[in-house]
Amino acid sequence: MAEKSYRDAIRDAMMEEMDRDANVLIMGEDIGVYEGTFRITAGMLKKYGSKRVIDTPIAEAGMAGTAVGMAMLGLRPIVEMMTMNFAIVAADQIINHAAKVRYFSGGQVDVPMVIRGPQGAGVQLSAQHSQSFESFYAHFPGLAVVAPATPADAKGMLKTAVRGRDPVIFLESANLYGMKGEVPDDPDFTVPFGVSRVAREGRDVTIVSYSRMLQLSLIAAETLAAEGIEVEVIDLRTLRPLDLQPAYASVSKTHRCVVVQEQWKPFGAAAEIAASITENVFDELDAPVVRVTGEDVPMPYSRALEVLATPKEEHVIAAVKKVMYASTSS
Amino acid sequence: MAKQKAGAAATLDPSAACAPEWTEILRQMIFIRRFEEATEREFRRGKIGGYLHVYSGQEAVASGIISALQKDDIVFSGYRDHAHALALGSDPGRVMAELFGKGTGIAKGKGGSMHLFDVEHGFYGGYGIVGGHLTLATGAAYALRYRETERIAVCYFGDGAMNIGSFHEAMNMAGLWGKEGMCPILFIIENNGYAMGTSVERHSALTDLSARVRAYNIQAEKVDGQDVFAVRGVADRAVRQVRETGVPYCIEAITYRFSGHGAADILQPYRTKDEVEQHKHRDPILILRNRLAEICGLTDDDVQQMDKEAGEQVAKALQFAEESDPPEAAELWNDVVAEHPPTPENHG
Repeated sequence: MAEKSYRDAIRDAMMEEMDRDANVLIMGEDIGVYEGTFRITAGMLKKYGSKRVIDTPIAEAGMAGTAVGMAMLGLRPIVEMMTMNFAIVAADQIINHAAKVRYFSGGQVDVPMVIRGPQGAGVQLSAQHSQSFESFYAHFPGLAVVAPATPADAKGMLKTAVRGRDPVIFLESANLYGMKGEVPDDPDFTVPFGVSRVAREGRDVTIVSYSRMLQLSLIAAETLAAEGIEVEVIDLRTLRPLDLQPAYASVSKTHRCVVVQEQWKPFGAAAEIAASITENVFDELDAPVVRVTGEDVPMPYSRALEVLATPKEEHVIAAVKKVMYASTSS
Repeated sequence: MAKQKAGAAATLDPSAACAPEWTEILRQMIFIRRFEEATEREFRRGKIGGYLHVYSGQEAVASGIISALQKDDIVFSGYRDHAHALALGSDPGRVMAELFGKGTGIAKGKGGSMHLFDVEHGFYGGYGIVGGHLTLATGAAYALRYRETERIAVCYFGDGAMNIGSFHEAMNMAGLWGKEGMCPILFIIENNGYAMGTSVERHSALTDLSARVRAYNIQAEKVDGQDVFAVRGVADRAVRQVRETGVPYCIEAITYRFSGHGAADILQPYRTKDEVEQHKHRDPILILRNRLAEICGLTDDDVQQMDKEAGEQVAKALQFAEESDPPEAAELWNDVVAEHPPTPENHG
């Protein structure tokens, strides 16, 4: 084990996989000479050369589409989207091609590729650079959607993504890049998809979350513990495949559930999670499932407004108290 | 001149018109025409669903290029893709079964007319989003060279595909990668004059389509796409060059489709019957047949015999498709992903 930042865990995962398999390459905008907007790819061009670390033009459809073709022919491309907001330009390549070609070919090709990059709000980037896309991608069969909350998961799941046979949307939280945590050194350490984990045990209320909101939920849980409320926090880790069994087990224990996401409320990931909990463990619930989400507006630039638009600890605490039918005066 | 690669199709000299390969090309073009005519009949009979885009009139472009390839080269196409699969050697029965939506289809009945797919024969797919597949083919070409093979990729697309963003992104990246010798791809513009019902004059600000490709530092030339001698001549040269250099090349084949855009395009208000009739004088099958008759004594009887054999092959394909079973219900959930497949009980 070593203490690593989320950023370094991602870089380590890519470099270890590139060392392990010559078919792994990375492409993206300004990832080589410039060394990456978020410096995730620093040093990689020098080490692996321009055939494996490909600086592309600003052409997201081109990047994603060529990666699909490379993957069909046996390579394992990693596409870095400077931010996931730009990946919408490549929606046709990702949704109509990467996610579908295995199926409409009757299973004749694997598409082992990763599209990764940061998403989320919090650093005053206004409306076009602050969005979250997990529910968008998780809607489509044919994709895997990953949203790690810790450096260890970022590393372990990125390695699983690179070694797999399917297209993976790997959603990083820009706000977590500097976060540190213990990460196993073993180059074969991987974290499987579709296995949620209990991030904190508790008896009173279940919080289900992922990525940065998982960290926010843990902070809220700590505060609540001081008030004698023990929250169990479930980290989904992957949105597709989606493992809700630990959430169902937890709700069967606590009988109360809050789902926390950064993205907008309508048709978001929390809606799917809440609906599934209602469908599967309705009889265990002592209160309706409550969602904590971002406000339903495009992200404003001004710091004063931006803080109003994103979920904060107080919102999570209020939601927990709501499902407990407790006073929220604190 | 560089040495011929092992297994490469020999360059076919147009002056050697009596070479048996030309007869084979004629036989293939006649077969593709009969196959497409049958699909139109079966569509009207309700045996084929969805969309159906037939290739009649453009056969010289598929046969002239694909006959110049090596066995392990790969081909991408748009949705007007039956001819490419057949020219590559896909089993006609399994292609027809795919159109019939049967489990024996070339893609297990999951793709249909627009998504024929046959990796074993080098066919990496028909794609239904106009222009979307150009980026895939470009990446595939990179992979072929990255893995240090001598294989090349061929990417067919229509004139209508040249106005979507992915065309420009693919061309630019192919041009860039070509500078490193890392993009062995032959782009084929099947310029049949129409993007569905919108003529080139109405859909492209610059109607010289090859010039638009050259803007991305990719060499491009026009060829008479109705004359398979001309197409094959250019293809032999272009295929060899692409294979040797890893630099992309583009052939704009000027061609014409005799049928509507799709099976539902019955009225064809964008063109006159007279225009279609005029182009039928330049039927690629007729042109090749006349050339072979003139130069090496191909007779009407020879052609009738080819026609008869093509008809029998098509009948056999139809019978196979008709007698095949639909896919098993369990197939619905197969091939979504390789790992962690969704199930009826646990979506995603």
